[in-house]
Formats: sequence, structure tokens, C-alpha cells
Amino acid sequence: MSPMSTQNQMTLEELKDNFEFLGDWEQRFTYLLDLGKKLPEMDEADMNEQTLVHGCQSTVYLKEQIEPGDPPTIEFVATSDAYIVRGLIAILQVIYNGKTPQQVIETDAVGTLGELGLEEHLSPTRRNGLHAMIGRIRALAEQNQH
Amino acid sequence: LNPTTTQSAFDVETIRSQFPALDQTVHGKPLVYLDNAATSQKPQVVIDAIDDYYRTYNSNVHRGLHALSEKATAAFEGAREKVRRFIGAESVESVIFTRGTTESINLVAQSWGRTNLAVGDEVLITHMEHHSNIVPWQLICEQTGATLKVVPITDAGELDMDAFASLLSEKTKMVAVVAVSNSLGTVNPVAQIVAAAKQVGAATLIDGAQSVQHGEVDVTSLGCDFYCFSGHKVFGPTGIGVLYGRRELLDAMPPYQGGGDMIQSVTFEKTEWNVLPYKFEAGTPHVEGGIGLGVALDWLDGLDRQAVTAYEHELTDYGMQRLGEIDGLRLIGTAANKIAAMSFVLDGIHAYDIGPVLDRMGVAVRTGHHCTQPVMDRFGVQATVRASVALYNTRDEIDALVQSLVKAKTFFE
Repeated sequence: MSPMSTQNQMTLEELKDNFEFLGDWEQRFTYLLDLGKKLPEMDEADMNEQTLVHGCQSTVYLKEQIEPGDPPTIEFVATSDAYIVRGLIAILQVIYNGKTPQQVIETDAVGTLGELGLEEHLSPTRRNGLHAMIGRIRALAEQNQH
Repeated sequence: LNPTTTQSAFDVETIRSQFPALDQTVHGKPLVYLDNAATSQKPQVVIDAIDDYYRTYNSNVHRGLHALSEKATAAFEGAREKVRRFIGAESVESVIFTRGTTESINLVAQSWGRTNLAVGDEVLITHMEHHSNIVPWQLICEQTGATLKVVPITDAGELDMDAFASLLSEKTKMVAVVAVSNSLGTVNPVAQIVAAAKQVGAATLIDGAQSVQHGEVDVTSLGCDFYCFSGHKVFGPTGIGVLYGRRELLDAMPPYQGGGDMIQSVTFEKTEWNVLPYKFEAGTPHVEGGIGLGVALDWLDGLDRQAVTAYEHELTDYGMQRLGEIDGLRLIGTAANKIAAMSFVLDGIHAYDIGPVLDRMGVAVRTGHHCTQPVMDRFGVQATVRASVALYNTRDEIDALVQSLVKAKTFFE
């Protein structure tokens, strides 16, 4: 386990299975909030102007970095004061963390969130920072593409 | 006042039936629309007027010498007269159509400000202004060297009138104040403010965006120099707004934008400006917007306005009381005189988390800073949930909001 990887080690397949098992909106929403409540706290020293994600209704911090290795992988931690956003962060960690820059670029995170039935959180009017977070992670991947 | 639309007694069900958008379900629940401070729904007469314009007499105004253009011009200028009547202005030359309150304020800040502000002068605003009555003044102060001063607010969200009195001085050249706060619902004593400003020779601008839909306004007896409001918050179309200005001031002000319609004659050496109000209306105006706004104002004036205001006050009081009963709910803005907007936060739950739950229950509210970040800072919150009523809302809808909030809380326990 890499030093930054604080998220539980759920796979994307497990996450998809869990969401599929849930029936109505209320159950999916409760599960999203549960993921948010269980999101490990971010180191306070890492919550600063550099890691602040702008343009969100809630306060979001995201610290992304490359884990050296063969091949190097992308890892990020993030936090928010809104549970919905924390839940989305937890899902993004499952989607992205541990992937190589090339894999991150090839990953359609928005499509995956749609498959999970979370379409309503994808609209830009929600201004939840989701698209900004995805943009930051993809930008780091593009800088480190080989 | 159009006698055919006059309704002697205020009956909310009759009102509701005239708003088609209110009659629908959202996520399988009846829509409870409580985001009226953001924008109001439209009555059928306004929708019909816009439809009729495009179906039968769409044409450019002020130019064509053909039947459609003459009809469109008559309707558009007729709407200006309706606006004049609605706000009690003395002449239609004082009524300028803009895109909305924001553009009206920017027009005054730039056109009036550039010729009337200099180093040492002060512009006085308040802590509860919408960003659109802060930023235009910051810009012009930066450009002219004038200073921006801010009247503080109390814990209840009322203006500190003692502080206002002490901030007001011979240096004050403009006092720009919101009549009703969009985030706190506070009704400000604008008549008192205008009178005090006059005593020191300061000009006055009243932001009426959250006021004209809730009560009668008479700019002549109020005595303000400028008054601004938006069409879409007063049951009219989006993209149309009004700037009222006293003629002497408007006459002395340079144009805000250049283009067609605002000129008398153009040569490369010199351009003569058109007369008021056209001097400030460059380009093809928002014709159907103006016409629709005129119809909306006539519709509103056809109601017993005092009964409407009393009903909205009563609904606001009921909402404040019911919201106050919810455990862990903190009301932001508890002014003695408030109307329509009710802002609050819930202990330990971000406003952002509440909005989607309420939406699922069919309840439309606004979450965020409501373009009043200084107000949020003043109350130590990042965002609030804001429910805002209009004349078509009911006690049942307030109850639905309260039930939805109680339900929303269970998700976060």
C-alpha cells in the first residue's frame, strides 16, 4: 500500500455491484453519503491554497501525485465539507487511484459515474467540483504520460 | 390599471391556476417552487403575449414604416408607459430598458460615476448588497479614485442605521442600497435613507430587484435618483430590466454603450446622441421582453397589491415560525420587517447536501452564497439554504418544505 493510498481497497467491480444491488434513489443516496462519511480525513497541512479546488459550492481540497514505481501510478487524496462531494471523492479514488497515467487518460470517469446511477451529480450547475477534480487528475496524468 | 384583469379579493388558488409551470410533478412529487428570489414563474397572460408577438407582429422597432413594425413599436413603447405607471415615474423618458438590475447598476456606476466621482469622493453601500450592487461600484471607484464605504448590519440582518448616519457625510456622492435583501429578506427603510442622503447632497440608487414583486413602489414620492429592477423576478420574461433615472441626471450623463438607435446623427467627426430614453438603449432592444414585462406589471397591478403584500408577509412569518421549530436549524436573517426570503443552515450539514434531497421531494430551493458573500462571512457561514416565497405559494408548501427538511436530516444522522 502506497503512503498516500488511504482509501479502502474496494475495486470498481465491487463498487458497481454494490450500486446495482441498491434499488431506489434513496438507497443509492444513502450509500453515497456512507462512502463520504467513511472517507479518511485529509492531512490538515495538505489543505491549502495550492490544493484548493476553485468554483465549488462546498470547500474542496485535492492533492494529487505520482507514486514512483514501475510503472509509476497516480494517487490522490481529497476532502470536502459536504458529504455528497466526499462520497464522489471516494468513488473517484476507486476509479483512478493506482492507475498508470496512460490508464487514467483512457478512463471515462464521468461515464462510470453515470453507470452507477449518479447522473444528477454530473451536471455543471451542481458546481460540486467533480469536473474540476477530474480535470486536475487528468492533467497530472497527461504531464506524466510516456 | 386594466379593469378586465382586476381581481377584487386575493385568492391564492385563482392565482396559482394562472401559472402553468406550478402545475407539475418533479421526481414524482408535486412541485413546491420556493426559489422565487432567483426567478419567478410566469402567468399565462405573459406567455400568451410573447407567443402572440412572435406569431403575429414580430418586427424591429423604431425604424420600419410598415404595419408590423408600427404595431411592435406601439406595443414596446406601450410597455414603457406601463412601467412608468407601475413605478410612479413622471415621464417615460425616465424609463430605460436594460437587460436587468445588474446592467442598470453598471450603467449608472459607469455613466454617472465617470462624470461625478473623483478622488476624495465616497460611494456608500451596505453589507447586505448583492454582488451586482458591490462590484460595479468597486470598478468605478478604482477608475476614479473614489472610496467605497460600507454600512454594517446587525446580528438580525438589519442595517445599522446609527453607523449609516455616521458614515454619511459631505464626501458621500452616491448612496446605493438594496430595498429588500435577496439572502436575508430584510426590508430596508429606503425612504429614510433617501431623505438622509439628500440632506448631504448625495445621489441615491435603490436596487428594487427583490422589492417590486412584493409591494408597491412610487419613485416620485420616494425621491430617489435611480431605481432598478429585473423583469424575470416580477413574473415577466428574462433578459429585460428597468433603470429609472431622474431626468436631470440622465440628461447630463454620457451614453453607456454606442450603437444603433442611440444616435441622432453620425459622422466620423462627431456623433449627436438621441434623446432620452434612447440615448441609453443602443442596438435592437429586447422587444418581446419589454412587451411581456408590461403585461406582467399590468397583471400584478390588477391584483389588490396591499392584500398581496399582507399575504406574503403572513406566509413569511409562518415559514420563519415553522423553520424555527426544526432542531438544529439556525435562521440567518431575523429582521423585524422581512419578506419572502428565508435563509438557514442546519447543524453539521452543508447546505450543498440539503439541496439534492429537497429536490427529490419536489421542493425547489437555492443553496449557496446567493451572490452575497459578505453576508455569508458576516454570519460565519459558507452557504445557506434559501427558501423564498411569492404570491402563489401556500402554507401547505411551507409544510412540505419543513417535512422535507426533517426527512433530509435523517440521511445525515
